[in-house]
Amino acid sequence: MPLAPSVHTHDIAHDEPQDYVWTLNFGPQHPATHTTLRLVLKLDGERVIEAMPDIGYLHSGFEKIGESLTFNQYVTVTDRMNYISPMANNVAWHHAVETLLGLELPARCQYIRTIICELARISDHLVCNGAVGLDTGAFTFFLYAFNRREDLYDIFETMCGARFTNSYTRVGGLMHDMTPLAVEKIRAFCKVFPSTLRDMERLLNRNRIFVDRTKGVGLLTKDEATNRSCTGPIARASGVTRDLRKDEPYLSYQDFDFKICCATAGDCYSRYLVRMAEMWESLKIVEQAIENLPTGPVNVDIGQRTALPTKRQVYSTIEGLISHFELEMSNRGFEVPREESYAAIESPNGELGFYIAGDGTDVAYRARCRPPSYIHFAVFPHLIRGHTLSDVVAVLGSLNIIAAELDR
Amino acid sequence: MLRPETLAQLTAAFPQLAHSEFRGQSRVVVPSPSLLPLLTQLKERLGFDLLVDITCVDYLNLRDATDRFGLVYLLASTDSNERITVRSFLNEPDLTVPTATGLWEGANWLEREVWDMFGIVFAGHPDHRRILMPDEFDAHPLRKDYPLQGRGERHNFPVLTRGGS
Repeated sequence: MPLAPSVHTHDIAHDEPQDYVWTLNFGPQHPATHTTLRLVLKLDGERVIEAMPDIGYLHSGFEKIGESLTFNQYVTVTDRMNYISPMANNVAWHHAVETLLGLELPARCQYIRTIICELARISDHLVCNGAVGLDTGAFTFFLYAFNRREDLYDIFETMCGARFTNSYTRVGGLMHDMTPLAVEKIRAFCKVFPSTLRDMERLLNRNRIFVDRTKGVGLLTKDEATNRSCTGPIARASGVTRDLRKDEPYLSYQDFDFKICCATAGDCYSRYLVRMAEMWESLKIVEQAIENLPTGPVNVDIGQRTALPTKRQVYSTIEGLISHFELEMSNRGFEVPREESYAAIESPNGELGFYIAGDGTDVAYRARCRPPSYIHFAVFPHLIRGHTLSDVVAVLGSLNIIAAELDR
Repeated sequence: MLRPETLAQLTAAFPQLAHSEFRGQSRVVVPSPSLLPLLTQLKERLGFDLLVDITCVDYLNLRDATDRFGLVYLLASTDSNERITVRSFLNEPDLTVPTATGLWEGANWLEREVWDMFGIVFAGHPDHRRILMPDEFDAHPLRKDYPLQGRGERHNFPVLTRGGS
């Protein structure tokens, strides 16, 4: 049986056969796609007439797996979604779970989660902007970015023992408290990062080659951005001022002084600028949070029966012991309302939310992820139409498509 | 969270609307024939210009559930920061709803994913194809009657050999 063609060609209305139009397969294995996705490009000379994305190469059924893993187990899967900012995914997942459960987090936990979210944002933007630079020929810029990202992964490693697959959050708290060493490393990072960021800005912001490659490329107007469900830096580069950190303050964002970074042009260059500016703001938030880090517990009270008690509590108090048993026994777990709720955070890439349906057990009945990469990649054919083949990598890079999140 | 005046306008236009609140989130349930009029009203009149997500829940194994599928539209307003969840229940054999691509371009891929994963048909969709699963696939994997493992689709794929291709 012959395979059905996996990409259907859209009929373009034309009177005569266009012999000069030829089709180019871009990906699924191509250095500039960064991850596994495929584009079928129809080219007229060097100009892209139409781009047809073909995705699904990395589809691994994350949402189906979410229906068989408990809320605490599933956090390991969220690491693998957007793997360049896994900390933000962890926070997003447990934020959604805690919304469903109606848990109020202790202040220290909220601050630490805010810090890791912002560090994840810096790390994501370093990779994304670095990759845009790399794809348009700025190799030095990429190395500057990756040097600092290494520092961030060092911090994450100190916090939770893993560089990439962090799984740092738990329902109602964190894997464990932040150590003084981690605080020290974050402080050190805050000291060295501004000089790197300034160097990076000096390298590219007014670089003739880079500006020529990105300015006016991949235009997205404000109305289109909203109409096509764009969020995050991509929408903000088009003039949308929506940012969940300000509009629907979650964690402890209302305590900090920071700005929302927007641009109006809506091209690749503005997306680059918005990301650069957001790193400055994230740095401000991290500095404020680390200096005002509250003391106290990181997990919710053991009476809530959601977070595991400490060993000291288990061995010396009856409540701790009961709570430990209740959580460890396979037929107990914690009580979940038979309701459905949606909660989202402003992830580095845009609004990352989870729609969870609870059926009374601690396994989600349905764990839907609202993936920003998926929604932003749908905009790609619109952005690239009429541009040249070399602009494909610039636009693709500026959208920050992570295929693991795209396909899930 | 929905403002009271928005809700008042909504219930005035759609009296059959079932409204509920949970953790500060407003949800409305509509019968599927009035789904598109409701979405149109929300977008054109009440300023819900951002389609956050379209998803679906299969209630096959849920205790006490009466309907098979629950289609979920998450909408938000970039102006007033309101959010609303619109749900509509569908039962076999009629799994067809009108497409929302006329209202939001962003609905295109989201509806394709719901079709791919649940088999809900969006009438009038401009590009009604599978998106994540291969085109040869004949099941809808996020339905509850589809097993987590052990179906063996890989073995059903035609084997291409170097000589035969």
